[in-house]
Amino acid sequence: MLILFGSIYGNEPTPLFGGRGMVDVSVPAYMGLIIVTVGLMSVPIQTASSREAGVLRRYQATPLRPMAYLIANVAGNYGMALLGILLLLLVGKVGYNVQFDGNVPSVLGGGTLGTLAFFALGYLVASLAPTARIAQTVGMVLAFPMMFLSGATIPLETMPESVRNVSRFIPLTHVVTLLQGLWFGEGWGEHLTEIIVLVGTLGIGTAVAARLFRWE
Amino acid sequence: MGKAILVQGLRKRYGDVMAVDGISFEVQEGEIFGMVGPNGAGKTTTIECIEGLRRPDEGRIEVLGLDPQRDGYSLRERIGVQLQEAALPPRLKVAGAMDLFASFYPHPMDWHSLLEMFGLTEKAKAPFDQLSGGQKQRLFIALALVNNPDLLFLDELTTGLDPQARRAMWNLVRSIREQGKTVFLTTHYMDEAERLCDRVATIDHGQIVALDTPEALIRSLEAERRVVFEVDGPLDEERLQAVPGVIRVERAGERAVVYGEGDRLLSICGSRSRPFSPSSMRR
Ligand SMILES: Nc1ncnc2c1ncn2[C@@H]1O[C@H](COP(=O)(O)OP(=O)(O)O)[C@@H](O)[C@H]1O
Ligand SMILES: [Mg+2]
Repeated sequence: MLILFGSIYGNEPTPLFGGRGMVDVSVPAYMGLIIVTVGLMSVPIQTASSREAGVLRRYQATPLRPMAYLIANVAGNYGMALLGILLLLLVGKVGYNVQFDGNVPSVLGGGTLGTLAFFALGYLVASLAPTARIAQTVGMVLAFPMMFLSGATIPLETMPESVRNVSRFIPLTHVVTLLQGLWFGEGWGEHLTEIIVLVGTLGIGTAVAARLFRWE
Repeated sequence: MGKAILVQGLRKRYGDVMAVDGISFEVQEGEIFGMVGPNGAGKTTTIECIEGLRRPDEGRIEVLGLDPQRDGYSLRERIGVQLQEAALPPRLKVAGAMDLFASFYPHPMDWHSLLEMFGLTEKAKAPFDQLSGGQKQRLFIALALVNNPDLLFLDELTTGLDPQARRAMWNLVRSIREQGKTVFLTTHYMDEAERLCDRVATIDHGQIVALDTPEALIRSLEAERRVVFEVDGPLDEERLQAVPGVIRVERAGERAVVYGEGDRLLSICGSRSRPFSPSSMRR
């Protein structure tokens, strides 16, 4: 993705992005893309198909607690998202000498918050969907519009006003805005809206998903 | 010998279907107890209520002195469960599955010996989705034994296996019992129950029809035989009825059917064959 857009647009600084290049703003945005892909596509499909195949029932017949299963599963998926992000950073740095003005723990913290919020949504989809196919479809129906309307694939700066009004109500927009801000060295204090939205998504999503969790 | 399982008045309904309709029985420690019945009889529902995986509507269940609903987690540390239908993540390897399940228990066994016992040692590195049906079934039993359980549940362990694999499975179950474990199994094959079990409950429409040793059950199945006669002219039904061993006599046109107790009926026919000539004999 990064290579694709990078080779189309190059990384010349443009006034549109406040003197930054296409790749500079895209790297944090693509982190959002990875987060939505793992959260709304991998998590629901994996969870719902394990349930449908009877894998979760087999776990249920052991002393394994649902919470232990969920934590292990979240850790595995988090590892996958992190791996994707590291790969992205590597390509950005080596391939395009991407500009980074933030600090690493801060960006990782923001990435983690966004990731966990989207995992909560993903487990929620898995719990609500009666079959793996439906989980997959619902995940995709939610993920694709988010990808294009949140600035994760196409920078919001290039979008018309009307689209930008809609995108304010999309959780992924807040992930992307937060990550881009942190990436360019802004503080957490400047992104209170994003933080509130994401913490809220995480909290409500986790509570509802935990309540609805089913082994079969 | 104590009781491993106590079930009293178990009932479970799914919508309009009464899956289990008032079942009571006990399983003694150290025995192989079987539940036999056709598909849909309520075997899986019963066994999964006992394992604590389904919640009964009514009735009392005690397993190893525990209530499966209230003490589910501590019970499941002590039992081994092979489900009628189950799966593992397709790319999980056999050794990985054994490791994973061992990690669920406080005192797991050395699972290498289990793989050895079930002939899966060469398959240790194979992913789950590349195992044959029989290998998957053996893996599930190995997984059910990884906590060295006191009580093992096997739901239809040989369904879908070829005759040779079935016989091998029977030997494995016998050797499990020889280690002092109690086994509760379900099957829809009477011959399997006959060969494996110390006691068998036959179940149909959610109710226990009979509960006894396999020998006694088979004896009672054979108990009623019938002999069909072609009769021309009148038949002295009263006289036939009075013969010891005859249960009842039915007449339909030229045919008479005599119902009687197993082997005795045959000897009656033998000794009194002159006035009546049996045209066919059926069980
Ligand atoms: N989860 C379920 N939901 C609805 N009906 C079920 C469910 N499980 C079993 N049944 C019904 O309950 C009856 C008993 O099923 P089951 O216990 O699986 O029998 P068996 O194991 O002897 O084949 C059947 O009529 C079956 O269709
Ligand atoms: Mg069954």
